[in-house]
This record gives sequence, C-alpha cells and structure tokens, in this order.
Amino acid sequence: MATDVTAYEEMIKGLWRDNPVFVQVLGMCPMLAVTNSAINAVVMGLATFFVLVGSSFLVSSFKQWIPKQVRISLYIIIIATFVTVVDYSLLALVPAIHKELGAFIPLIVANCMILGRQEAFASKHTIKYAVMDAVGMSGGFMIALLALGSVREILGVGALFGVDLFGPHFEPWVIMILPPGGFLTLGLLLLFFNWFSERRKQFLAKVAQADQNASIAGVKDNG
Amino acid sequence: MSHSKHHEQEPSSNRLVASMAIAGFISGVIIIAIYLMTFDTIKENKARELRQAVFKVLPDVSYMQKLRFENNTLVIVTADGMDDDMIFAGYDKQGKFIGYAIQGKGAGFQDTIHVLFGYLSSTKNMTGMEILDSRETPGLGDKIFKDMHFVAEFINHPMLQDIKAVKKGTKSHDYEIDAITGATISSKAVVRIMNKAFNTWSGKLAAQGQEPIFELPTQTQGK
Repeated sequence: MATDVTAYEEMIKGLWRDNPVFVQVLGMCPMLAVTNSAINAVVMGLATFFVLVGSSFLVSSFKQWIPKQVRISLYIIIIATFVTVVDYSLLALVPAIHKELGAFIPLIVANCMILGRQEAFASKHTIKYAVMDAVGMSGGFMIALLALGSVREILGVGALFGVDLFGPHFEPWVIMILPPGGFLTLGLLLLFFNWFSERRKQFLAKVAQADQNASIAGVKDNG
Repeated sequence: MSHSKHHEQEPSSNRLVASMAIAGFISGVIIIAIYLMTFDTIKENKARELRQAVFKVLPDVSYMQKLRFENNTLVIVTADGMDDDMIFAGYDKQGKFIGYAIQGKGAGFQDTIHVLFGYLSSTKNMTGMEILDSRETPGLGDKIFKDMHFVAEFINHPMLQDIKAVKKGTKSHDYEIDAITGATISSKAVVRIMNKAFNTWSGKLAAQGQEPIFELPTQTQGK
C-alpha cells in the first residue's frame, strides 16, 4: 500500500508541484513554438508523452547495462528512436497535423525535459517509478501546452479547437499567435503560477500559526 | 566513502563501443521497421493529397492523368506514383480535356514550398492554386494556404505575363496580386515558384485541340 502511494506521488508531482514548464522551466522550445492553437498543443503533448514514457521505461529497464561514460549518448539514441517512430506514425495517421507541427516533431529529441528525466530520475529508479514519473511529467507538460495553446488560440484567432467562439465581429489579437504572444502568455502564466504558490505558502503558514496559537491557548486553558 | 567503489574498474573502451553499437543497431532496426510499416500509407496519403489538389485547382474535373515531357512531346504516364517532373491533365465526365495542373517547387522563407496550380490553355487563365507542402512560419507564412483571400487571388488570374506580388492594397494591374501582410517573403516565394514553373511548362504544353486524349478506363481516378 505504502509503495502505491509513493508511485502515485511520483506521478502527481509532475502535474503541479514540479511541473516541467511552470516550475522547472524546461522544454521551452516546443512550448513557445507549437502552442498557437489548442489542437497543436494536444498533438505535441501526446507525442512528448509517448517519447518520454517509452524512453523512461527503456532507460530504467537497461540501467544496469548502460555504462555511465556513454549514458547521455545512449539516452539520446533511445529518445531519437522513439521520436522517429512518432514522426513517421503521425505522418501516416494524421498528415494534416503533421504538416502543421512541421519541424517540431523531430525537435522533440532536443527537448531537455525528456533528457533531464532520464538523467535525473529514470536511470536511478525502478521501472514502475520511472514510468509513473514520466506519465506525470508529460501530463504536466501537456497541461502547460494546452493552457498556453488555448489562451493564444482564443485571443489570437477567437476560436478554440477550431470552433469559432465570438462570431464575426471579433477582431483577432494576431500578436498572440505570433512568437511574441507566446512569450507574453508564458510570462503571465508563470507570474500567475508563482503568485499562486506564494499565496498558498503564506496561507499554509498562517494556518500553522493559528493552529499553534490555538494549541497554546488550549494548554493555558487547561492549566 | 567506500573504497571499493572508488577503485571500481573503469569499463574498457571495447565495452563502451559495444554498448553504443548495440544500441545503434537496435535503433536502426526499429527505424527501418517503422519506415517500412508506414511507407505505403505515407505514399498513399501524398498521392491522394496531390490528386485532391488537382481536382481542387481545376474546375469541374472528373478524371485526371499524369503527363511527362519526353522527346519534345507530352506522354501519358500510366505507372503508379508521382514525381516532380510530371504535370497533370484534367478531364470532364465525358473524357473531354479541361486543363492542366502544373506543379512547382522552390525555396520559401524556411523550407521548400511545393505549389500546384491549374491552368486553362483555352483562356490562358490560372484556375486556382494549392500549396502541397511547406514549412512556413505558423501564423505568418502559412497564410499562403490559410489566407483565403490570398488563395482566391489565383482563381481566374490571367497568365499573359509573370505574376507580381505587391503590397496589399496597391494592386493596380491585372497581373499583380496582393501579398499577405506579414508574410511578404512567403507570398513572393509562391509567386516566384509559380512563374518559374509556368515559364518552364508553357512552351511544352500541347497546342490547343491536340491535348493528350484521356484513356478510359485504365485511370479511373474519380473523386
């Protein structure tokens, strides 16, 4: 039971507490480049999910046989293989979206979040934890991509997942789907995220303080 | 600090090389496998896309066949597959010749742009254009196929001389078209590719009334 809780925690931490984008600020290149529409963000998220979970599984399975001197090269070979598989599969299954994502699918190889998880986690933990961690991290990455992609598509095009939201009188805020819009939105999201965790910390501290005061008061009353 | 760990023998370079080679080999096998698995689908997708594009750029076309310029004349290609040296002839339901679909390739803002456009030799009009492949900037350069105003400019465009892309709103001649605001380089590239393809092919097209006859029913490539 206890191990299950920790495996679950390994997964859940990637979604919020250690979110790869909002907290670790990793994988910024695809983050800014393909999030000009929600559907692109979802496909990119799914591709990254597949690559990260697959490579974490393999790296964790073979960790005893990977000599540490060449580990990075081996991780890259493993990651690149998964990325090639994703690239060809998308080209065969959803050519329209592959066309849209263009060069960014092959560039998943260079996503430092993926290499980072292999080096920092998968190479040191058992398969179960490695996979849970990968699921959580890519889930967190997906959430971040989707948040950014939705905001930018809504403001920049006036639609979400290609569905028109505001009617013909909406003047799209074109800069939002251009690179500067990506930086702006990401900056604001990071600001919000940090503000929120700061507030949460303060709130928890206040609650702890109140608890302490209450217990002191309780002790006094009893005395 | 445990001493035994400190003196742990470094793996021999043979072992390092061997592990890299094995990983590379496995990766290679997987990549070849996925390439072979998806090859037919990808080829089919591309051919279907091209076929659909031919039907799109030429009005009222029911059948098409592939043509190649050989020995100073247009010959009908019956073999499967399509390549860059081909153009396409479109025919109506009765098998009567309608017009040509000409393809061209050239450098865009980021990568090669592959264009297809319809041409009626009877009226010397361009009947429409379709971008088959491009890697232009999402949100900017990709307007060459997303901006319907730009795409529509090539419908019924007279081809008496080279097309010229001018700043939006300054169009003053028939041969000029409005470039896309924010995607001037991409729009000019499209026009340049079309001009080049048209100039290459216009001298090679069959004289009016002597167009290649549609050969029923070996090429029943209806919609």
